[in-house]
Amino acid sequence: MARVIVDVMLKPEILDPQGQAIARALPRLGFSGVSEVRQGKRFEIELDGPADETALAEVRKMAETLLANTVIEDYTVRVEG
Amino acid sequence: MSAARVGVVTFPGTLDDQDAARAVHLVGAQAVPLWHADHDLKGVDAVFLPGGFSYGDYLRCGAISRFAPLMDELIPAARAGLPVLGTCNGFQILCEAHLLPGALTRNASLHYVCRDQRVRVEQNDTAWTSAFGQGQEIVLPVKHGEGRYVASADTIAELEATGRVVVRYIGNPNGSMNDIAGITNEAGNVVGLMPHPEHAVEELVGAPSTDGLGFFTSILKKLVNA
Repeated sequence: MARVIVDVMLKPEILDPQGQAIARALPRLGFSGVSEVRQGKRFEIELDGPADETALAEVRKMAETLLANTVIEDYTVRVEG
Repeated sequence: MSAARVGVVTFPGTLDDQDAARAVHLVGAQAVPLWHADHDLKGVDAVFLPGGFSYGDYLRCGAISRFAPLMDELIPAARAGLPVLGTCNGFQILCEAHLLPGALTRNASLHYVCRDQRVRVEQNDTAWTSAFGQGQEIVLPVKHGEGRYVASADTIAELEATGRVVVRYIGNPNGSMNDIAGITNEAGNVVGLMPHPEHAVEELVGAPSTDGLGFFTSILKKLVNA
């Protein structure tokens, strides 16, 4: 058993109005010193077997096919623990 | 002669399929219901992908619908020239399926926008817009939370240079790049737009115009003359 994390973020050049709204809310709550916030998605993938190269290649394929829209989003894959 | 047959697709969460079917009927074509879970286009002459919230917009709008069994049939058929129109969620699905370039993202304002929208028909040489005059201004309803069209700078430049921006907002409601409301593929048979032609076909229901009829008369004319 292994857990693989896929983080999906909007590409830097794509406007993220949700992140901007969060950034604007922070000072109102007393949090200062934040220059930018960008919001993304985190997927926790539980594998039946070990997170070997074959399994990770499959996860990357999942990310490419479904989890991320690579037209507007980047993704990273890492093994947790 | 049998009437032109236009398929109207229903996914779980589709809302506008009945209006689309009625619009098809109003111009004298036959609306054929298509079900997302079927591997069957029922031999239709064209397909309308209506708006709504297919699969609850889970993950991204249109991301799950793209893999519906019906799409396994529709994607190759569209690539082979079958006329396809996607409005709103249908446009999002066409982008997720890579039948059209770019993507639809959260409105810049973060607000759901529901209003009568003036747009300009920039291209009347597509399967779905031939009934309009080049540059004709029309009014259609828009209603969406994720309608901001984005694409890479190269893609935008190519769309503009090759005349593939079909409909452009006059007064941008969502922050779309270049005020783009709708685009077409290279062949001109696949068109996607955020505004709703199928909600602007009858004065009786308080539509802002009947300008939407032009999309349906365009496809009918094409199919009958084919």
